[in-house]
Amino acid sequence: MARIIVVTSGKGGVGKTTTSSSIAMGLAQKGFKTVVIDFDVGLRNLDLVMGCERRVVYDFINVINGESTLNQALIRDKRCNLLSILPASQTRDKDALTKEGVGKILKELSKEFKYIICDSPAGIEQGAFFAMYFADDALVVCNPEVSSVRDADRMLGILSSKSLRAEKVREPVKEYLVLSRYSPERVETGEMLSVDDVQEILSLPLLGVIPESSAILNASNSGTPVILDEESNAGQAYSDIVARYLGEDRPQRFIKKQKIGFLSKLFGGR
Amino acid sequence: MSLLDYFKRSKPSASIARERLQILVAHERASITQAAYLPQLKQELLAVIQKYFNVNEESVSVNLEQDDNNEILELNVVFPDEEANKNQPEERKGKYNARVNRTGRR
Ligand SMILES: Nc1ncnc2c1ncn2[C@@H]1O[C@H](COP(=O)(O)OP(=O)(O)OP(=O)(O)O)[C@@H](O)[C@H]1O
Ligand SMILES: [Mg+2]
Repeated sequence: MARIIVVTSGKGGVGKTTTSSSIAMGLAQKGFKTVVIDFDVGLRNLDLVMGCERRVVYDFINVINGESTLNQALIRDKRCNLLSILPASQTRDKDALTKEGVGKILKELSKEFKYIICDSPAGIEQGAFFAMYFADDALVVCNPEVSSVRDADRMLGILSSKSLRAEKVREPVKEYLVLSRYSPERVETGEMLSVDDVQEILSLPLLGVIPESSAILNASNSGTPVILDEESNAGQAYSDIVARYLGEDRPQRFIKKQKIGFLSKLFGGR
Repeated sequence: MSLLDYFKRSKPSASIARERLQILVAHERASITQAAYLPQLKQELLAVIQKYFNVNEESVSVNLEQDDNNEILELNVVFPDEEANKNQPEERKGKYNARVNRTGRR
């Protein structure tokens, strides 16, 4: 049975697609058959971030409408053959998504894949609704910034009242916090909400902190999920997140300002 | 040094953000949970009213209004049949409503 994970936020541009692509790649690298679905109908971007934009033939909506089979629409990743991408439609209107259509595809994917990652669009409209509706787990991506935290809380309210699990009064969706674009330096000077602040306000378990990092722009420029950039702090942060999600106990990193002390200089630490 | 600089120094903006968010989030969560019980409240009220009066679902409306320090639960029942209207003054015929005010926040 597959596990359906929604990557959501409410607010736009906080790092959902970046997170979806890296988590999906990380889970596949760990040996799990994984598919990542772009729910951003009309504004697809996951294909670009994953570097497969030129291989898109059919999309999510084509499959819902029966214009192509699921296998025709799925794109197998060239770097990791356990990973597939289901792109969003670029042209159709947003009403093209239906609860029955999405549910049917997820059911079909569940037979073949272990993890299904749903990259939610921003907002609380149709696309975001269907991305979260069937979820078992939710990664709530948030930036340490007031409007992002507020929107994350709105999203938590929606998950706990409008999801299928809520409707059927099943065990609730498991929610985790991914705090992205974090600058320990700015937290230290009191300009930025700290990880403790955000965690306390949202009262969510922390899956991990992604530091503000230039590696992310580089990665998306070249169509490589940043988790594959093992040298970068953001790549390592995403590896930690995948490991923690799978139950490994890894201490939190990238929360404190990096101090280049005498000893770390001596031993080549960064 | 201006007065503004003084305040900036004494209170870093992140702690202002935290306080504002704590208040806002608590407030928004409360109003969302309140809204969530309304449909059920309406169903239960309707069931009780139907024990005594011949009314259908459309004739009962339940509203929750809020201002800064009051919550008003308003229940409107429209009675279609003559029986229920018999003892009502002319202007009240066909309509009965009750207001439950609750002062103060939870
Ligand atoms: N940790 C980070 N450090 C620096 N830049 C980042 C970080 N995370 C995301 N970004 C940048 O922020 C922008 C938005 O990221 P992304 O597309 O992942 O957000 P999104 O939540 O999917 O956006 P949308 O709501 O539009 O779907 C991108 O340009 C990305 O490179
Ligand atoms: Mg996105």
